[in-house]
Amino acid sequence: MSFRQIAAATAVAATFGFAASPALAVTEIQWWHAMTGGNNDIVNKLAEEFNASQSDYKVVPTFKGAYPDTMNAGIAAFRAGNAPHIMQVFEVGTATMMSAKGAIKPVYELMKEAGEPFDPKAYLPAITGYYSTSKGDMLSFPFNSSSMVMWINKDELKKAGVAEIPKTWPEVFDAAKKLKAAGHETCGFSNAWASWAHIEQFSAWHNVPIGTKANGLDGFDTVLEFNSPLHVKHLQNLVELQKDKTYDYSGRGSASESRFGSGECAIFMTSSGYYATAKSTAKFDFTSAPMPYYPDVQGAPQNSIIGGASLWVMGGKTANEYKGVAKFFTFLSDTNRQAKLHQESGYLPITTAAYEKTKADGFYDKNPVPQTPLKELTNKPPTENSRGLRFGNMVQMRDVWAEEIEAALAGKKTAKEALDSAVARGNAMLRTFEKTAK
Amino acid sequence: MEKSVVFNGKLLPYLLLAPQLAITLIFFYWPASQAIWQSFLREDAFGLNSEFVGLENYQALFAQPEYYTAIGTTVVFSSLVTVLSLGVALLFATQADKNLKGASAYKTLMIWPYAVAPAIAGVLWFFIFHPTLGTLARPLRVMGFNWNPMLDGTHAMILVVMAAVWKQVAYNFLFFLAGLQAIPKSVIEAGAIDGAGPLRRFWTIIFPLLSPTTFFLLVVNIVYVFFETFGIIDAVTAGGPAGSTTTMVYKVFADGRLGGDLGGSAAQSVVLMVIVIALTAIQFRYVERKVQY
Repeated sequence: MSFRQIAAATAVAATFGFAASPALAVTEIQWWHAMTGGNNDIVNKLAEEFNASQSDYKVVPTFKGAYPDTMNAGIAAFRAGNAPHIMQVFEVGTATMMSAKGAIKPVYELMKEAGEPFDPKAYLPAITGYYSTSKGDMLSFPFNSSSMVMWINKDELKKAGVAEIPKTWPEVFDAAKKLKAAGHETCGFSNAWASWAHIEQFSAWHNVPIGTKANGLDGFDTVLEFNSPLHVKHLQNLVELQKDKTYDYSGRGSASESRFGSGECAIFMTSSGYYATAKSTAKFDFTSAPMPYYPDVQGAPQNSIIGGASLWVMGGKTANEYKGVAKFFTFLSDTNRQAKLHQESGYLPITTAAYEKTKADGFYDKNPVPQTPLKELTNKPPTENSRGLRFGNMVQMRDVWAEEIEAALAGKKTAKEALDSAVARGNAMLRTFEKTAK
Repeated sequence: MEKSVVFNGKLLPYLLLAPQLAITLIFFYWPASQAIWQSFLREDAFGLNSEFVGLENYQALFAQPEYYTAIGTTVVFSSLVTVLSLGVALLFATQADKNLKGASAYKTLMIWPYAVAPAIAGVLWFFIFHPTLGTLARPLRVMGFNWNPMLDGTHAMILVVMAAVWKQVAYNFLFFLAGLQAIPKSVIEAGAIDGAGPLRRFWTIIFPLLSPTTFFLLVVNIVYVFFETFGIIDAVTAGGPAGSTTTMVYKVFADGRLGGDLGGSAAQSVVLMVIVIALTAIQFRYVERKVQY
C-alpha cells in the first residue's frame, strides 16, 4: 500500500467516523407545522422543552405555510421519498390522510410498538372521535383542537348600546345594526373560515346534516345535503346584510382575523385558537361567546364540532425514529403541560385530566374565554349530525363551497342556487374521491 | 474557382447541439410526456394506487361548467395582461430612451420588479389593495368608491391583472429599450428632416423596425400569462371570489395541489399545452409575416 493510499484511507475513515458519531447520538425528528403568531412561539417552545428534557432525540419544528400548504408540502415530500416524521394536518384533511394506508403510521400502532404508555381513554372523546377509526383506534394525535366561537369586543358593544352579548342570530343581526349605526360602517359583524362557519358548524349547531352517512363518518359513499330551507334562509339573511355591510364577508381562511384585533369588526366568529393572538393584539376588553343559533329551530343549539389540527406520523421511518416520536407524544400528553397549553393558546386540552385540572385550579373563574369551545362541544350528547365530518377532497371542497357563498353574497346567484350548486359540485368531488380511495 | 470552407465532421455539430438538446429533453419533453401519461391515470394524492382510465379525465373535465368559465376568464386575463404589459413597457421604453438626467437610474429601477418572485409580488398587491388593511384601498374607500376585491369579481380581476402586468413590464421594458437603441439614429433623423413629427416617426419608422422585438415579446408574454401567473393569482385572490379569477393554469394548480386530483389536473395541463402550442404556431405562421428583420 502506497503512502497515498494509506492517507486516503485514513481520511475516509476519519470523515465517516466524525460524521457518524453525532448522528448516532441524537436522532432528529422533523415536525412540519402550520402555526403562526402566538401559536408558532408555543410550538417552538414545546420542541425546545422536549429537546432539553432528554438527549437521545431532537425535535426540529419547521413552519411550512398555512394548513393546506403544509399538507401539500408533506404529500409532495412523501412522493419524493423524504417525508417528515410528524406532519400537522388540519381536520378537513383527515379523510385524505386516513385513506392513504402505507403513507402513514397509525398512532395506536406507533405507541404499541414503541412500548410507550398509552391509554386512548385518557383523551377527550369529543376530540379523539374525529381522528379514530369506527373501531376506536386512534390514527392521528390530536394537537391543537379548537371550535368556532364568537369573539366580542365588549367596549364597542357598550358604546353602541348593546347591553347583552347576543345569543341568537336575530340578536346578532340587531347588535350589528346598532354597531353600524355607532360608527362601524364597514363591518357590523363578520367571520373567518366562511365554509366552516356557515355550513359545517352551522349544521352541527342546529342538528341538521351536512351529508348522509353521519356526515361521511360511516362511509365514503356519503351525499351532501346542506341545501335545506334552513341553510338557504341563513345564507339569504347574510346576503341581505352584506348589501350595506351590516355583515361583511372576510374571506375563506383566517387571514382577516385582524379585523377583530384592529377593532374594525366588534363581533367576529373564528376559531377559539385565536386566543393567543387576541391577547397580544387586541387593545380592548374582549371575550368569547358561543356561536349564535336560530331559536325557532327545534333542539338548537346542539353541539359544535372540532376544528384545528392533529399530528400524523408518516410511514417508512426507522424503529428508533418512531420511538422518538412516541416519546414526544407522551411528553405532549402530560397533564400539566396540556393544562398550560390550553390556558395559553385557547386550544382545547386533549386529555380529560388536563381539563379537570384546569377546572379544579379555578382557572375558568378568572379566564372564561378558553372554556367557551368546551362548553359548545359538550353542550349536548352528539348526534349523527354533530359527531364530526369526514369528506374526501375536503380541502378543495371547502374552497368550492366558499366560492358559491361568495357568488350569493356578490348577488350573482340566489342563496338557493348557490347552495344547490355547492352541493352538486361537492358531490361530484366526493364521487371522484370514492374512486381513488380503495 | 472559388474556395469554400466545408466542415466534414458529423460529430462536432451534434456535440455542439447536445447541451441544448439535453436541456430541452429533460426540462420539456420528459415532463410533458409525464403529464400526458398521467392524464390517462386516476391516482390518489399520495401516489399509492393508480389505475389507467383512458379518456375519463378528459370527459370529466369537459363536463364541468366551471372549466368553460375558466377558459373565458383566461381569454380576458391573458389579453389584458399581454396588451397592457407590452403597451406600458413600450411607453416607458420610448420615454427612457430620451436624453434624460439620471436615465440610467430610472432604467435600473424599472427592471427591479422582474426580480420579485410571483408569490411575493402577489402578497404585496394583496396587502396594498386589501379592502380593510390596504394602504391604497383605504383612500379609495374614503373617496366613496366601494372597493371590494373579496366579493366583487371585476375588482379582483383588476387587481390580479395589475399585479401580473407590474411584474412583466420590467422584462418587456428591458427588451424594448435594447430594441430602440439598436435603431440607427440616422434613419430617425432623416425622417425628421423630411418633416415627420414625433408620432409619425414612431409609427412609420420606429415601430416597424422594432417589430422583431415586439414579436419575440408577444410570444414570451403569452407563455408567461398562460403558465407563470398562477403564483400571483394564488397569493392575491386564490381564484376567487366565486371563481372569477380562476384561469386555466390556476385551475391546474388548484385541482392538482389543493384537490389532489392529479389525473384531472394533468388532463387540464395537456389541454393548456395544446392551446399554447397552437397559439405559438399561429403567431409564427401569420403574425411573423408582418415582422421586418
